[in-house]
Amino acid sequence: MSLKIIVLAKQVPDTRNVGKDAMKEDGTINRAALPAIFNPEDLNALEQALRLKDAYPGTTVTLLTMGPGRAAEIIREGLYRGADGGYLLTDRAFAGADTLATSYALATAIKKIKDYDIIIGGRQAIDGDTAQVGPQVAEKLGLTQITYAEEILNVDEKTRRITVKRHIDGGVETVEGPLPIVITVNGSAAPCRPRNAKLVQKYKRALGAQEKAALGDALTHTEMYESRPYLNITEWSVADVNGDTAQCGLSGSPTKVKTIQNIVFQAKESKTLTSSDKDIEDMIVELLANHTIG
Amino acid sequence: MANFYLDNPSMKHHLHHPLMKRIVELKERDFADKDKYDYAPQDFEDAMDSYEKVLEIVGEICGEIIAPNAEDVDHEGPSVANGRVTYAKGTQENLDAVRKAGLMGIAMPRRYNGLNFPIVPYIMAADLVSRADAGFENLWGLQDCAETLYEFGNDDQRERYIPRVCNGETMSMDLTEPDAGSDLQSVMLKATYSEKDNCWYLNGVKRFITNGDADIHLVLARSEEGTKDGRGLSMFIYDKRNGGVNVRRIENKMGIKGSPTCELVFKNAKAELCGDRKLGLIKYVMALMNGARLGIMAQAVGLSEAAYREGYAYATERKQFGKAIIEFPAIYEMVSLMRAKADASRSMLYETARFVDVYKALDDISKERKLTPEERTEMKKYSKLADAFTPMGKGMTTEYANQNAYDAIQIHGGSGFMKDYACERLYRDARITNIYEGTTQLQVVAAIRHVTTGTYLNQIREYEAIEYKPELAGLQNKLKAMTDKYEKLVAMVTETKDNEYIDFQARRMVEAAAHCVLGYLLLQDANKDDSFRRSAEVYVNYGQAEVEKISSFISNFNREDLTYYRQ
Repeated sequence: MSLKIIVLAKQVPDTRNVGKDAMKEDGTINRAALPAIFNPEDLNALEQALRLKDAYPGTTVTLLTMGPGRAAEIIREGLYRGADGGYLLTDRAFAGADTLATSYALATAIKKIKDYDIIIGGRQAIDGDTAQVGPQVAEKLGLTQITYAEEILNVDEKTRRITVKRHIDGGVETVEGPLPIVITVNGSAAPCRPRNAKLVQKYKRALGAQEKAALGDALTHTEMYESRPYLNITEWSVADVNGDTAQCGLSGSPTKVKTIQNIVFQAKESKTLTSSDKDIEDMIVELLANHTIG
Repeated sequence: MANFYLDNPSMKHHLHHPLMKRIVELKERDFADKDKYDYAPQDFEDAMDSYEKVLEIVGEICGEIIAPNAEDVDHEGPSVANGRVTYAKGTQENLDAVRKAGLMGIAMPRRYNGLNFPIVPYIMAADLVSRADAGFENLWGLQDCAETLYEFGNDDQRERYIPRVCNGETMSMDLTEPDAGSDLQSVMLKATYSEKDNCWYLNGVKRFITNGDADIHLVLARSEEGTKDGRGLSMFIYDKRNGGVNVRRIENKMGIKGSPTCELVFKNAKAELCGDRKLGLIKYVMALMNGARLGIMAQAVGLSEAAYREGYAYATERKQFGKAIIEFPAIYEMVSLMRAKADASRSMLYETARFVDVYKALDDISKERKLTPEERTEMKKYSKLADAFTPMGKGMTTEYANQNAYDAIQIHGGSGFMKDYACERLYRDARITNIYEGTTQLQVVAAIRHVTTGTYLNQIREYEAIEYKPELAGLQNKLKAMTDKYEKLVAMVTETKDNEYIDFQARRMVEAAAHCVLGYLLLQDANKDDSFRRSAEVYVNYGQAEVEKISSFISNFNREDLTYYRQ
């Protein structure tokens, strides 16, 4: 059995190690100070998709991302790890989207792709932490959704049902759902595999149209883009996916930012420990490891 | 994201050496693969860009996976049950990562599913892996054996085994036995040919075999009954799928604990001959050892780098008497010398790797077509240089790895003696590097003829003739004086024509040559990139004093005093 998988992925500013210059005076993100990275939980999702590809030969993994021209990097990162292709939704009209407008744009693109069994993405992006886009996409497409997934156990060919282990408060539960389905993956799932040496060499020149234009004369080996079509990353505009501009980007976003406050985190991460030997031992190991004691 | 390739600019510096152009050209046969494989480079720049991109992957895996796993792997180690080895959990994760990243069979041709990388980027990956965990480098680095299989196996064997290595199967080279360590001529493992089954069977015991439960083994065994020396030994391939070899025990070692060192029992283990009979030791193992020695050099360089970083970090953080201890001359001298030794070792490693690259590529081409007279001269030149630099480099870099690990602990003071800091693991891991694949004493035996025949001196004089920036003239003069002194002391020793005496002074002479070589290599680095200036200055000051010491010992030595040394 082969599956058609779409991985939803987002390029985000790396908010994990923010410094003082992370925000601008006006309260917006200072993107220049934060490197753009593959949203971490989307990498967990990509790994689940690639594992299905390993388990079910013939399966294809296609990335779908929305962003500026340079977000084609996300597609390349996917190709380097074993994805088969990708689409970059890019258009000024998509800019400034909240979760509603984002899920609208993604859903229209998925309808255009048409043929799919599994749509999988990270639980949430580290720049917004909303965890809304995945579920909204499922709603818009009228599909079943499984959130907080930790591991896809198997796909039954006959019944076309998928079994997934998902994270719940204090444990895990195993659930089953019908294909096609939307799955969002938790950060506690298996980390994504590294980039592959051969695939990096194969796809390192893959570029979107905007990236090619930006390079201008600096673009080398131009003939290869004709002889090797996989080096051209597909870009889709609002029109390409038959989208309604009014529902896209800022105009399609009912979310309004009222105020922005600067908050200095005071409390450090808290932890509850019991008096069990195991908890005490874990604590000692941790304190030794960070040289608080010893 | 920790990336061991990107956080160390000297890697890029060494990768982009002018000789790489020739190396890539030879290795890529003028880019004949460019339209045959979608991952083959189009031209020189493209190839270099690919090496960098792949090294970035290696650097990331080292920084994010292998290094963080190193401590647990060291504590847990591998285990053995029912004749089979189970790696530590961290080792399994490391192996999984390097396999998925396609980092096995890096130097193998593309037709066998390899990456067809030259030795330089391959050995650079080994350098990175060793900085992360020297013990893991052993498992990953045993892909070297595929090189031997490629060189000496027949087409059928290449096709059956090499793609398996490229797909992630591990290898081992089974040479040593309880009574055959440095003296491999004494190998007794018996190989008998069965006419009936049309194959060889191996019986006996091997000891100290790194990764002894590997998927594919190269085995040195006695095929000629009744013989007692190296001429009765042949090389065999044992495939674990056929069975017949069990791991009796794994050694409890001082360091590189993640790498299983096995005692193997061969019981009618089916095997196939690799290459010609009787050439096992005298040709194949010698070739394999030279490659393996380069790998150990990389291991030593990675360890030297790691030790320097641990020492530097602690010296910067630790405050005593109201300031960071790195501000005290006694400490900053130690730190700067560690840096200089690590830099000198790395320059030696890549200089040697380039020599190996040129001659191996030409040797490989000679199997496809006749070499031109110029190519033959080129191959001879680089083969000789590789032969001279490998033992000198292995000897020096592994001793420096030990010295750096020792100093890293010294900088940590009492804390360094505790198990809490990485420096104690580095110290234990480094200790084997100047022992296995030939002790430093045996490297001297291999290197001494290049002292007496002048290979080193000629090469040093070539380095001398390079044009250096005017501001490096002071260093250049010091090196010139060191070289003159070296030349004199060699003459002093060799003119005695007393072999025992020459052997007695051999290590000193090889080291004196090495200080000149390493000094000149750092001078060339500083000539291209000012960031090496410091290490060049520090190293030459150190080397100058060492040559002085050696010269003093030799000049003042009375040959009759040898009687006080003989036991």
